[in-house]
Amino acid sequence: MPGFDFSNYNRNAALHAQGVPLPKATSTGTTIVGCIFEGGVVIAADTRATSGPIVADKNCEKLHYISPNIWCAGAGTAADTEFTTALISSQLELHSLSTGRKPRVVTCMTLLKQHLFRYQGHIGAYLVVAGADSTGVHLFTVHAHGSTDKLPYVTMGSGSLAAMSVFETQWKAKMTQDEAVKLCSEAILAGIFNDLGSGSNVDVAVITPDKTTLKRNYIKPNERTQKLKSYKFARGTTAVLNEKIIRKEDLGNFVSVQEIHVAEPGDKMEVDV
Amino acid sequence: MEFGTSGSLSEDGIHVDMDRLKKGEVNLGTSIMAVTFKDGVILGADSRTTTGAYIANRVTDKLTRVHDTIWCCRSGSAADTQAVADIVQYQLGFFAMMNGKPPTTQTAAAIFQEICYSNKDRLSAGLIIAGWDEHHGGQVYAIPLGGSLHKQPYSIGGSGSTYIYGFCDSNWKENMEEAEAVDFVKEALKEAIKWDGSSGGVIRMVVLTAKGADRHLYLPDTDYKVRHT
Repeated sequence: MPGFDFSNYNRNAALHAQGVPLPKATSTGTTIVGCIFEGGVVIAADTRATSGPIVADKNCEKLHYISPNIWCAGAGTAADTEFTTALISSQLELHSLSTGRKPRVVTCMTLLKQHLFRYQGHIGAYLVVAGADSTGVHLFTVHAHGSTDKLPYVTMGSGSLAAMSVFETQWKAKMTQDEAVKLCSEAILAGIFNDLGSGSNVDVAVITPDKTTLKRNYIKPNERTQKLKSYKFARGTTAVLNEKIIRKEDLGNFVSVQEIHVAEPGDKMEVDV
Repeated sequence: MEFGTSGSLSEDGIHVDMDRLKKGEVNLGTSIMAVTFKDGVILGADSRTTTGAYIANRVTDKLTRVHDTIWCCRSGSAADTQAVADIVQYQLGFFAMMNGKPPTTQTAAAIFQEICYSNKDRLSAGLIIAGWDEHHGGQVYAIPLGGSLHKQPYSIGGSGSTYIYGFCDSNWKENMEEAEAVDFVKEALKEAIKWDGSSGGVIRMVVLTAKGADRHLYLPDTDYKVRHT
């Protein structure tokens, strides 16, 4: 069975006892939601990834592919949501190849819960599992310790309280696809604006029995615009007190010089205007 | 601070914090019960699931099927109780296929006990197993935290149960009619929900008789008076 390597556990415990701090994991302090409508299911997520107080990624992807008809929204530890969804996606693909059937959402949910339960909450993956299969449309939440819930509308992550308040006031039974997409994106916006751990854009995925549509950056409420004023300093703002010129040929007197030829320059670093 | 070099983790100064284990876990701060009556058993539960102060699910189903007419009430950790119930459901399904007849409630309870006792230091699960079978009719078994097994005429459990020991003791009768037993369970759970902050939401019930499983749902909107579905 595939799994994790714990060979460094004792070394890490000993280092920790000597006062070496643990490395910080990138956490998706997140808002993720899901909602069933008449004929399908919608899941949505914000796109902020944080590491402590730092925004580690302004436009990350929290909607994970499991199979063409099953998608997953992830909150908690970014690496854990990424790798558990990839692992279960792989197992489901093999299962579907060997059975010759499309994977079911309950199968995905059961594999996830049994994997997470085995690791007793140490894998910090909090997931919203949604999909359509031969038995209908399904929506589940899976917590890191391995417990699951089945509900018509769900929220998770640090922005779940803000998002749930939107669902609890606006949700109604038998919505249309457009109504469900609007409700889910409004719930994510509530998380983006009212939760510090969530921010940036709204990603949406719509799953129906015959088609899945991923709407990447469906709403961008935080676009960077041109600054009203230029903050460039005029030439000569800093006075030149003295000047000394060292010619390239004379550099050898101070340091050893070695010429390196770079064939192709890599990605240019993003610099403010 | 000085650390030894014995190679033993706790002697070498590594702090083992028991509270750290299972922090942020989803809990079923619960009111559950099961009672025997003339024709079978009734299981009842509230529907609140909490993570700390947050209600993670207000319409939870804590009454879980492990066989056609053997069900269990779950309290404690949601993850642990679901994992245990899933294993037992598999075992009983296998049992029925191998023997060509449904398992007895006692068999189910014994499988539950085996899992709960042999993993007692890893699990926080308080279970009530109730079922109906051809030979023994309605039966109720309780498996509290340590993994002991108790056959009882009725059983209450979860954080909310402490508030209704008096009510149940005064109002319980042997061999009640179905309607009377449903009323007993409902009134007891209403009190538990009223006094226990960790319990709330709807009241769910399952009636297990020779006729099979019958589900009841009572909403707070109608003061738990009207039966929905």
